[in-house]
Amino acid sequence: MTARAGATGATAKTARARTAKAGTATPKADGVAAKAVAADTATAVSGKLVTYREAMREALREALIRDERVFIMGEDVGRYGGCYAVTLGLLEEFGPERIRDTPLSESAFVGAGIGAALAGMRPIVEIMTVNFSLLALDQILNNAATLLHMSGGQLNVPLVIRMTTGAGRQVAAQHSHSLEGWYAHIPGLRILTPATLADARGMLWTALEDPDPVLIFEHGALYNMSGMLDPAATPVDIGTAAIRRPGRDLTIVAYGGTLAKALTAADQLSADGVAAEVIDLRTLRPLDDATIMESVRRTHRVVIADEGWRSGSLSAEVAARITEQAFYDLDAPIERVCTAEVPIPYAWHLEEAALPQPATIVAAARRAVG
Amino acid sequence: MTGQPRQPAATPQPASGDAAHRRELLREMVRIRRFEERCVELYSAAKIRGFLHLYIGEEAVAVGVCQALAPADSIVSTYREHGHALARGVEMDSLMAEMYAKVTGCSRGRGGSMHLFDTSHRFYGGNAIVGGGLPLAVGLALADRMRGAGRVTACFFGDGAVAEGEFHECMNLAALWELPVLFCCENNLYAMGTALNRAQAETDLAARAGSYGMVAWAVDGMDVIAVEHAARRGAEAVRGGGGPHFLELRTYRFRAHSMYDPDRYRDKSEIERWKARDPIDALAAQMKQHGEITDDDVEALEQGIAAEISRAIEAAEVAAIEPVEDLTRFVYSPRPA
Repeated sequence: MTARAGATGATAKTARARTAKAGTATPKADGVAAKAVAADTATAVSGKLVTYREAMREALREALIRDERVFIMGEDVGRYGGCYAVTLGLLEEFGPERIRDTPLSESAFVGAGIGAALAGMRPIVEIMTVNFSLLALDQILNNAATLLHMSGGQLNVPLVIRMTTGAGRQVAAQHSHSLEGWYAHIPGLRILTPATLADARGMLWTALEDPDPVLIFEHGALYNMSGMLDPAATPVDIGTAAIRRPGRDLTIVAYGGTLAKALTAADQLSADGVAAEVIDLRTLRPLDDATIMESVRRTHRVVIADEGWRSGSLSAEVAARITEQAFYDLDAPIERVCTAEVPIPYAWHLEEAALPQPATIVAAARRAVG
Repeated sequence: MTGQPRQPAATPQPASGDAAHRRELLREMVRIRRFEERCVELYSAAKIRGFLHLYIGEEAVAVGVCQALAPADSIVSTYREHGHALARGVEMDSLMAEMYAKVTGCSRGRGGSMHLFDTSHRFYGGNAIVGGGLPLAVGLALADRMRGAGRVTACFFGDGAVAEGEFHECMNLAALWELPVLFCCENNLYAMGTALNRAQAETDLAARAGSYGMVAWAVDGMDVIAVEHAARRGAEAVRGGGGPHFLELRTYRFRAHSMYDPDRYRDKSEIERWKARDPIDALAAQMKQHGEITDDDVEALEQGIAAEISRAIEAAEVAAIEPVEDLTRFVYSPRPA
């Protein structure tokens, strides 16, 4: 743990979001940030220009204002302002009791969040990056996910854990992995992957109202994504997938960091006359099987874009469910576009080659449609 | 900061000193001992399965510490927690039913011996990951501190936990944030089969805790009066805003680590030496010497406990098991349709 990310303002070199439709999103002044995906802007064209980071921060502010049981705890969330600047300014507004800087003790402060939740508080624990969450895996799996069942229903854990996930920022193999699929393996947890501004703004409050532990995975390449968001945006449901782009020829299943890439791929396919439908899973556990199957039954062809490694991945789970529930509706083998099975390398060209990209999604789609 | 544990400044006060109280301490210890002995029999009869870790020899620790706790205080425990649960007042019926894996068990048969929970007594369980309960205790105490609740969280763990990273993270965090935790380290000299001096470069565990800037001292864990005395001092200091306190309770388990353990790693003479310091025998002898209890009193006490255990077993025998249809219940909380 020698390299704590000081990645505030990191740009999305290899993960640029799809260019939004004209008039629905505005590039940031520095011109390097990704833009909001069109699906968000459909409901927010008349709103205010915000980044994903700001949308998340506003959600945190709202939670702190609405519920005095809410507090935030994690490494450098206070005086530093958050390693990705999500919590910037909250210490000044809410004070050190509710915006608590912790030592570099992931297991202790995640477990403390569980204990405080057991006692009726509503802690939001921030872990800098998914790789560091492994230092707290004992607490997340053996306690947060387990206590309710193991105690015969006595101990529920209303805890929210936020962490950064994903690659694309040249921060190499200990700050870049996509392990949300691992966490989605665990009964007792809810796993959220907000990929849009509306979800960044709206998922947190719903997660806090949940009586059980919820993990929110924020893809690091999304923080600078900007677009229009209604200032009066409301909490959103966390149980369903969303169709971000309708299409009749092919279903592309994506989430988190792969959503923007899938939408870019769909644009390119459209130019060739292939109408791809893009599903944003939004919640990895529980999976919204109904939305996936309904789409597959219309398009008969599937590509799954998952930034996790292929073996034993979330994409494998989605593919298995499709074969279990919609096998006879398929007209072609399911295609998967995943991260190459290597620790994420530093070199930009290797990292780019390791990750799902619009081009590889397009290629998979072409194989699927024949 | 290294080296010596800091001693509390307070002048030692005698523990609640009347004979009736000592009789109650004796009764509580005997109650745990006999419960554990019956568990051995029931395990041999395959009524209790899984892992079973007995508290025999360590009774003075749980009984002494629990004297210092108020109903609003919390307890976090380990997989060797039958004694803690009984001393806390968790009903014996629900404990025995849990051993039997019945729906009337305190964890509805989902936890077993290692995972006893009872929120009505603020008993936050049976954690079988060594060191894994400490962060929970820190969090319970954090919530109490943020609300100014004036509560104490007593956190039991063994000497083995001192080797875990979670121990050190939690010592630091509790001390840094001045949280109201009474850390109760049951040093029984063995982490399963590994002796303390084969696992720890520094075997003075109070000194280890003291290095985090908290008040920490070692206590004779075979002397229930000494344990109660220390726990009262510690708990009162914690409750008064003095930050976390640490008791190293030097004790010994007379039985093997678990029912699976052939106990090859200890010298029999060592076990006998410790048995000569049996906390129950010691208190009974002291009370008899002072004319505070007679053989007839002890017999009556034993009979009452035997009857209570028999009733618990009878109830567990006839209790229902959870319907298999409810297998996945409690994975998530019920939520509005």
